[in-house]
Amino acid sequence: MSTDRIEKNVLLRAPRDRVWQAITDATRFGTWFGVELDGPFVAGSRVGGRIVPTRVDPEVAAMQKPYTGMAFECTVDRIEPMDRFSFRWHPFAVEPGVDYSGEPTTLVTFELEDAAGGTRLRITESGFDKIPLERRAKAFAANDGGWTKQAELIAKYLAS
Amino acid sequence: MRRSRASTAEKLVDAAPVFAALGDATRLRIVARLCAAGPQSIVRLTDGAQVTRQAITKHLHALAEAGLVRSTRAGRERIWEIQPRRLTDASRYLEQISAHWDEAIGRLRAMVEDEE
Repeated sequence: MSTDRIEKNVLLRAPRDRVWQAITDATRFGTWFGVELDGPFVAGSRVGGRIVPTRVDPEVAAMQKPYTGMAFECTVDRIEPMDRFSFRWHPFAVEPGVDYSGEPTTLVTFELEDAAGGTRLRITESGFDKIPLERRAKAFAANDGGWTKQAELIAKYLAS
Repeated sequence: MRRSRASTAEKLVDAAPVFAALGDATRLRIVARLCAAGPQSIVRLTDGAQVTRQAITKHLHALAEAGLVRSTRAGRERIWEIQPRRLTDASRYLEQISAHWDEAIGRLRAMVEDEE
């Protein structure tokens, strides 16, 4: 059981350049991620924005409402065209009234690869072990039930 | 999200020692072993371990304080076992972030696969 790292591997039935654009174009990134960014992704630069509601399901949108308008910020690490994009951030730092700026960040990396029928995308997020224990404990306590419910709704949506 | 503040605060106080207790390689190994092999005595837990029985005992008490394991007396021995609920709590932070990514990937998929 790793407590430091999350890894996701998915096959997207879309060409590699389209996936690359969806991840590295700030506007397109914002569309699926649910954030409105103030500028483009530039290696070594910080970019800010605000959380915006998704339009997937009214119930999900209602659950996300408390987070709408909250600040989002990340610092771009590397942009290696068509291959790799990475940034550092405070993982889903959406608890109201909490100042995350002094806390360690996690590194999120997107890696693309050609695959039969589309593009393989690997997302890794690492560095959780450096996040204060109190933050980790608090994050799950505060969100109890919320994300689980959301994941269920998304699964239902994707299956229909 | 819909929980009362009192309940959230209780859970916070509750959970921090769990992370601390698991932040040690020997203790993680003990937990893994109890998970895989079921309830065991200290003698069996020490068998094949690189540390002394006294050290294992100390770690077991630390894990017990965090509510991760408990012991019962069986004759002259003490049998240690996992308390599964607390372990589940400790892994939930990553599970939540993981679920968050699944949700985001679902939206990314819908976006890139729908465009022709």
